[in-house]
Amino acid sequence: MSVPAVWTASDTQLERLARRRRKARRRTLVSGVSTAVVIAVLVTVVLTSPGWDRVQETYFDWGQAQASLPAILRGFGVTVQVFLVAEALILVVALVVAIVRVLPFPGLAPLKLLAVVYTDVSRGTPTLLVVYLVGFGLPALELQGIPGDPFWLAVIALTFSYGGYVSEVFRAGITSVHPSQWAGGRSLGLSYGQTLRLIVVPQGIRRVLPPLVNDFASLQKDTALIAVLGVAEAFQRAQVEQLREFNYTPLVVAAIGYIVLTVPFARLTDHLALRLARRDQGLT
Amino acid sequence: MTLLAAEGVRKHFGEHQVLTGVDLSIEAGQVVCLIGASGSGKSTLLRCLNLLETLDDGTLWFDGRDISDPRVDADEVRRDIGMVFQAYNLFPHLSVLDNITLAPRRLRGLSRTAAHEYAYEQLTRFGLADKARAHPDSLSGGQQQRVALVQAMAMSPRVLLLDEVTSALDPELVGEVLDAVRMLADEGLTVVMATHEMTFARDVADRVVYLHEGSVLEEGPAASVLGNPSHERTRSFLSRFLRG
Repeated sequence: MSVPAVWTASDTQLERLARRRRKARRRTLVSGVSTAVVIAVLVTVVLTSPGWDRVQETYFDWGQAQASLPAILRGFGVTVQVFLVAEALILVVALVVAIVRVLPFPGLAPLKLLAVVYTDVSRGTPTLLVVYLVGFGLPALELQGIPGDPFWLAVIALTFSYGGYVSEVFRAGITSVHPSQWAGGRSLGLSYGQTLRLIVVPQGIRRVLPPLVNDFASLQKDTALIAVLGVAEAFQRAQVEQLREFNYTPLVVAAIGYIVLTVPFARLTDHLALRLARRDQGLT
Repeated sequence: MTLLAAEGVRKHFGEHQVLTGVDLSIEAGQVVCLIGASGSGKSTLLRCLNLLETLDDGTLWFDGRDISDPRVDADEVRRDIGMVFQAYNLFPHLSVLDNITLAPRRLRGLSRTAAHEYAYEQLTRFGLADKARAHPDSLSGGQQQRVALVQAMAMSPRVLLLDEVTSALDPELVGEVLDAVRMLADEGLTVVMATHEMTFARDVADRVVYLHEGSVLEEGPAASVLGNPSHERTRSFLSRFLRG
């Protein structure tokens, strides 16, 4: 049985195709028109509001935006640095905490308790409070080896706050790996640790990549909280610029900057989720 | 020579007594098929033989050594006892090649080149040479089980335990996996196989062991257990297969 390379579609098929095309055209039209209407209404409401002129002046001043941009961009340089360092540390801390909580060895009980307490505390405390407590509390202890640099205090605070969240994501991934994978590894003679490291953890992490990336998009934004420590990151710079002329435009500039930084994470999350979904259906 | 033996092996899960005293001895080079209804303890017995379960009672002997002794390093014993499960024991995040070479490289100290060479040689033998770089998910069930056989054999085990390796397969794929098992058996490998494939058991097994409610009810040469069973229960169990 061979399929002919070229065939002429039957009349039924031609009619089906025509109908599908008509349907698709109608859908595009409906979605296009409805989107345009919604946007037009929103824009009209905002632009015709009684206070629009003043809002435009204080929030959307082109001159202010241009003037504040260089300082805010420098701030974003620091934001990205804090983010990258904190992210690396968070991954390590979270994976260690997750694995400690997963391991079945009774000798680890004290460590497990510590891990549980840490997860509860870090997830239960607002990040802003953690930033204050770490940023001003740690140096106040005057212990040796505690960094005095706000940059590192900020990194410690963010790592503490996010490590708990991310460790729970890792733990969910690790425990979701089917027991048959353990049996597969152990039956080959791999030890518990080898099976965990080479077989279970890699699969667990792969599975939770979308929520993991999502948490990092969130961390990206929360770096703004460290402005209270005086770290010259984007939000802090924007505040300084804002106070110079008592105009809020620099804050809008910073907001746009954060969005620009976060959008790639959002697309990456979508992409990873789609890829995983495809793989689960065996479509790769 | 007895390679692997169980003596009075008992195992329960919760309230359920799965193995109620299994005595079994497997000679080197023999192919032994474990038959019995679902829930008769075939899988549990195999898992016990591979030390994946701890015994409630009884003793396991492997090559004259008591491997049920808690002081024994189970990881080390398992290197010499290969096992293939009903399904899903390949590692989905690794390529076929890495699935096969992972354990021998880590545990037998095989070099990358030597491990790859071995893997390609075996894949070729089992008709899977073009699948080396593929991931298990993209293979058919029959191909996956053949890769699992190569994976288990890569550790050069002295005995291979097979736990219903064809039960999850579409009927047309069963044959290719059984052929692969037969090939290994023909080379003199010791095989213990839980199976519902009675024709295969009749043709390939040296001995057939009928498990009933967690213990060995009848065992002997394949021809006599399958052809002329002495127990009424064995007969009624087999008749269900012959009718089907």
